[in-house]
Amino acid sequence: MLVLIEQSLNGLQFGLLLFLLAAGLTLVFGIMDFVNLAHGSLYMMGAYFAATFVAWTGSFLLGVVLALGATLLLGIALEFVALRHLYGRDHLDQVLATFGLILFFNDAVRLIWGPAGLVLPLPAWLTVPVQIMPGVFYPAYRLSIIVVALAVAAMLYVVVMRTRVGMLIRAGASNREMIGALGINIKLLFTLVFGLGAALAGLAGLMQAPILTVQIGMGENILILAFVIIVIGGIGSIRGAFLAAIFVGMIDTLGRAFLPDLLRMVLSSAAASTAAPALSSMLIYLLMAIVLVLRPEGLFPAARR
Amino acid sequence: MKTAFWLAGATVLALAQPALAGDTIKIGFVSTFSGPTAVIGNDMRNSFELALDHIGRKMGGKPVEVIYEDDGQKPDVGKQKTEKLIQSDKVDFIVGYIWSNVLLASLKTAVDSKTFLISANAGPSQLAGELCSPYVFSTSWQNDQTPQAVGTYMNQKGVKSVFLIGPNYAAGKDMLAGVKSTFKGEVMGEEYTVWPSQLDFSAELTKAKNSKAESIFVFYPGAAGVQFLNQYAQAGLKQQIPLYTAFTIDELSLPLQKENALGVPGAQQWVNDLPFPENKKFVEDYRKKYPGLRPTFYGAQSYDAAQLINSAVVAVKGDTSKKDEMKAEMQKANFKSVRGPFKYGNNHIPIQNFYLQDVVKDADGQLSLKTMATIVKDDQDRYASKCPMKK
Repeated sequence: MLVLIEQSLNGLQFGLLLFLLAAGLTLVFGIMDFVNLAHGSLYMMGAYFAATFVAWTGSFLLGVVLALGATLLLGIALEFVALRHLYGRDHLDQVLATFGLILFFNDAVRLIWGPAGLVLPLPAWLTVPVQIMPGVFYPAYRLSIIVVALAVAAMLYVVVMRTRVGMLIRAGASNREMIGALGINIKLLFTLVFGLGAALAGLAGLMQAPILTVQIGMGENILILAFVIIVIGGIGSIRGAFLAAIFVGMIDTLGRAFLPDLLRMVLSSAAASTAAPALSSMLIYLLMAIVLVLRPEGLFPAARR
Repeated sequence: MKTAFWLAGATVLALAQPALAGDTIKIGFVSTFSGPTAVIGNDMRNSFELALDHIGRKMGGKPVEVIYEDDGQKPDVGKQKTEKLIQSDKVDFIVGYIWSNVLLASLKTAVDSKTFLISANAGPSQLAGELCSPYVFSTSWQNDQTPQAVGTYMNQKGVKSVFLIGPNYAAGKDMLAGVKSTFKGEVMGEEYTVWPSQLDFSAELTKAKNSKAESIFVFYPGAAGVQFLNQYAQAGLKQQIPLYTAFTIDELSLPLQKENALGVPGAQQWVNDLPFPENKKFVEDYRKKYPGLRPTFYGAQSYDAAQLINSAVVAVKGDTSKKDEMKAEMQKANFKSVRGPFKYGNNHIPIQNFYLQDVVKDADGQLSLKTMATIVKDDQDRYASKCPMKK
């Protein structure tokens, strides 16, 4: 039972981290109808900025805040310089251009920081395990990811559902042309949304950095999962992204945790330990396939068009 | 007069043609030069280049040309690059291969074309056993050997039980099988993770902790080793369950692992402080030629690969068509290896010592790897009997 609680926390933590990445992606895709493969690069840049700023300032929190600001500015600059010219093009052009950006960012990082990767060390107060229940210890840092991501999710909910900007974002998600026709400065809105998405990706990257290492191409594997999540959740829907991300995180972690033991009941031990990791990484895609068959628009479509 | 002139010209051309083709010793080098594990490939290339410097960039009187190819850590790409090197570049030797799965995919091309392949790292069990070939040599080890030594060391320490974690590919399976073959205590559990994409080990660490095992053994080469140690320390397990490793801590990962690696033991056939004059020269010159970098075991094996090739080419005085003679020479391992003298088994895998290495702070306060003891002497891999070749 205690194992189940701990593994569920692992799943929740992973899911919430994926949510931060997917939230930005779904906003940009849903509202601006723009496929941004370079979203993973912004995740990587967030991590590199954080590692650099934390080393410069000597303070973890200050470095993280600076890195968030830097990723936000980078996102806005990227939108202004390059992506703005691609909105009218079809998706294939956007995929090609943003794929080029992935290569650009990877090589830029190699030039600036070198190929070896960086570490983002944690302050001592985050490296100790915390007792959350009698007998259950959980790494303080993973716990702090859960708290921060939930706070961000709540903040996003308030911004999107309760503010004027949020109203425009929602309106943009359901009918882009109409809000332009109503005299809303859509260019500014797009820049803002893109910057917000970039900052969220950067936040995901810098929070993942102390657990993993900061390295070139770190955003590419995880971007695939983020795309799976926005497809499951419904493109453009923050609520969908939130639930789908937790769903995917749980399935991935619990699959890895319990599938080998389940398989060992029916298969030989050697076959089970080989098949289980393969099968558990397949589960997420299986889920996506089922969702696509039953609800092609995703679980929570942003709008009926 | 005119005719004589043309005749002379034609003769010169005819003579020059075959001489041109065999003028250089061509070596293909397949390793990973892009992506997160590119640092390993760079270290191998650095060491191989250093060995060529030491040899004088000539073998048997002929200049050496090396063509480096990037496998991107992908078996299909590695196979493609191997085919390109053999079929269109027509190399005399093909060297490198970090990853067992890349080597297994590329092996057939090399063996079928009777091109000498020197593995400077990967040592899948198949290569030592049923897939052994007269044209394949290793300057590293068979995958099981290093973890076997770790298992032996754990017995010496009186460890009663272990939880095994490793990546789900050819080498990962060999490594965990290796520990199990020598470790006398109980194996409380065994987990394989998706390779190379899975970088979060929270589920596996939770299981290890709850298995009540006395110790954990892992095999995570490259950046994954940094990530594993990070998460192991963050989960507070460093104080609770001692960790034993194979190929997880080296000079490339140590600057990133830092204090997390202190006191985590591993086994290796080469450590930077082995007291052989060739080794001192290798380590010192490497640090001089590449300031800020330190050679790893990957590099030491690549350095040895260049020396092994040189011994063969010198023995045939640069005539690389004499394959049987080159093979016979290489079987003698007639060169000064940086790991100290070793012999080849019937399957062309080294019979060698394995040392206990630990992470300590050196004189200038930097973390470095140090030889603590010899765990096994003259160890031969356990697949040699499956190889049909006779010595």
